Amino acid sequence: MHGFANPKRFLSFARPLTPWLLALGLALAGGALFWGLTRVPAERLQGETVRILFLHVPAAWLGMAGWMTIAGASLAEIVWRHPLAAIAGRAAAVPGAFFTALCLVTGSLWGRPAWGTWWEWDGRLTSMLVLLFLYLGYIALSQATAREGASSRIPAIFGLFGVINVPVIHFSVTWWYSIHQPPSFSLGKSAMATAFQVPLLASTMGFTCLFAAVVLMRMRALLAETQAEARLRRRAREADGDAGQLREAGA
Amino acid sequence: MRETLDPWPFVIAAYAIGVIGTLVLVGWSWLAMRRAERRRDGAGR
Repeated sequence: MHGFANPKRFLSFARPLTPWLLALGLALAGGALFWGLTRVPAERLQGETVRILFLHVPAAWLGMAGWMTIAGASLAEIVWRHPLAAIAGRAAAVPGAFFTALCLVTGSLWGRPAWGTWWEWDGRLTSMLVLLFLYLGYIALSQATAREGASSRIPAIFGLFGVINVPVIHFSVTWWYSIHQPPSFSLGKSAMATAFQVPLLASTMGFTCLFAAVVLMRMRALLAETQAEARLRRRAREADGDAGQLREAGA
Repeated sequence: MRETLDPWPFVIAAYAIGVIGTLVLVGWSWLAMRRAERRRDGAGR
């Protein structure tokens, strides 16, 4: 992992990987959503609303995967002082927050016709809303520490504490009574028909590629901003030094 | 008795929000990256 600590080495793989991930993600997610909207049959109990599954499940997975990325980056920052870890954590926060919000909105749009309600304060929905607030807190904290020049270990500690919520989200439907259905997939077993499984898998892979591409693009942007500021500061110092030498020569 | 709702407006709204939101996120990240890299290259070595 420390091999990628060098920004030059990171850019040498991030630059070619970004367009490939974008193209693959757009093709897979676009194809799966079109398939899900037009080709998949209506489900026996849920009818046409089951088509929201192809957006809702990848969004839920990426909301949780985004925080796991932040937690992994936070651990790398605190334990190994990996120089790109803080950038990776900051880069994953905005797409993670977006997919968490998308999961809540699509879930609400699914819940109204399926359950007869937009929102219910049950374990799964509430823990997902808590995850969105954790993201917003992490984004505010990391921006404030970057702006004030404070230690990036402060948001890293917050990122590690926040990971407690991820297993709570996952097990909420088994720990507490919930109107949300239990997981359709468990290790080696599936309660879902193949007609739904294939487009769901394609959609999840496609959105995961898009998430990875967005994280890489945001890492490149944050890295470039840091490098630009360092260069401008160095040039300003050099200009000050030249002006001082001219003044001494004039005197 | 629960009312029966037409599911299609909910499905279309979910797809519209998901697709437009994802495209905006990807486009915004791309533009931010290009702008930052241009600024870095403009700042010289």
